[in-house]
Amino acid sequence: MTVKSKIFIKGCFDVMPLLIPVVPFGIIFGVIGIESGLGSTVTFLMSIIIFAGSSQLAFAQLFTGGATTAVIVSSVAIINSRHFLYSAVVAQYLTKLKLFWKIILSYFLTDQAFIVSQKYFTQQSKNKYRHYHLLGSGFTLWFVWQLATVTGIILGEIIPKELNLAFAVPLTFISLIIVDIKKIDHLIVAITSGIFAIIFFNLPLKTYIVIAAAAGILVAFGLSHTRLYRK
Amino acid sequence: MIWTTLIFAGLVTFFTRFSMIALLKKNHFGPRLRVVLSYVPSAVFPAIIFPAVFLNSTGQLVFLDNPKVLAALVAVLIGYLTESVIATIVSGLAVLWLLIFFI
Repeated sequence: MTVKSKIFIKGCFDVMPLLIPVVPFGIIFGVIGIESGLGSTVTFLMSIIIFAGSSQLAFAQLFTGGATTAVIVSSVAIINSRHFLYSAVVAQYLTKLKLFWKIILSYFLTDQAFIVSQKYFTQQSKNKYRHYHLLGSGFTLWFVWQLATVTGIILGEIIPKELNLAFAVPLTFISLIIVDIKKIDHLIVAITSGIFAIIFFNLPLKTYIVIAAAAGILVAFGLSHTRLYRK
Repeated sequence: MIWTTLIFAGLVTFFTRFSMIALLKKNHFGPRLRVVLSYVPSAVFPAIIFPAVFLNSTGQLVFLDNPKVLAALVAVLIGYLTESVIATIVSGLAVLWLLIFFI
């Protein structure tokens, strides 16, 4: 086996423990996609075109509520703005690669792939094939995400509406921030955003989500000031 | 309409991943920006959570006589104790079904 494929396979295996929550998440997205009336084709292609779970779930939720393209796209942008950070961190390890490689690896730069491959990159500062690790972790996650979405689409066609499975959307988002909001500053940001969302919920075009996120980020900005300068 | 939205959402997502890889030679992000970005999930997700839990289908605020509030509270408690994604979701759904179908 070549060095490249060894590193690729290591990437595939390193990401596997992080796939455990990804499977139910993908299934929930598939089910919600069908329940929100996106249809199986759009739901399936969304997992390929966007390939970022929480923003896909928000997309489906906002689409059912009748949000416009501008509101949906800006919400997706805000939710995925964390990728700027991942992109900035891995950039230093990928500078020598061709544009084609950079495009492929960017597409695969998910939360889980970033966590495991960034760790590998810091350990392998001299290895010139290290980017195969991100290819492996990213591809594995991609494949599992598509399988889970398809499973969800199939289940979504069968599961009756009376089960209120749409409630899995807020529950999934709760599960994604539950560890963060154990910290008081994160809790303050979260409650600010939630209250703003309730207050501005009836504004036209579902703009409340953008307003609430902006309010939360503004508070976070203030808090980051106190936190950094206290040290 | 849906296709335009999907394509734009896909492009903007790709841009968030590709931008810095394309532009930066080394990691230029300052500590302040990193800290603010680390708050993004806490700032965005409650905007989806709160209306879905506290508002009814016509957009009215309902605290009492709302099974979703109790279900969400149990989910938060279970999530807080277990830190498990699956336990959080399953416990919330289980409480909701219990309240809707049996009580």
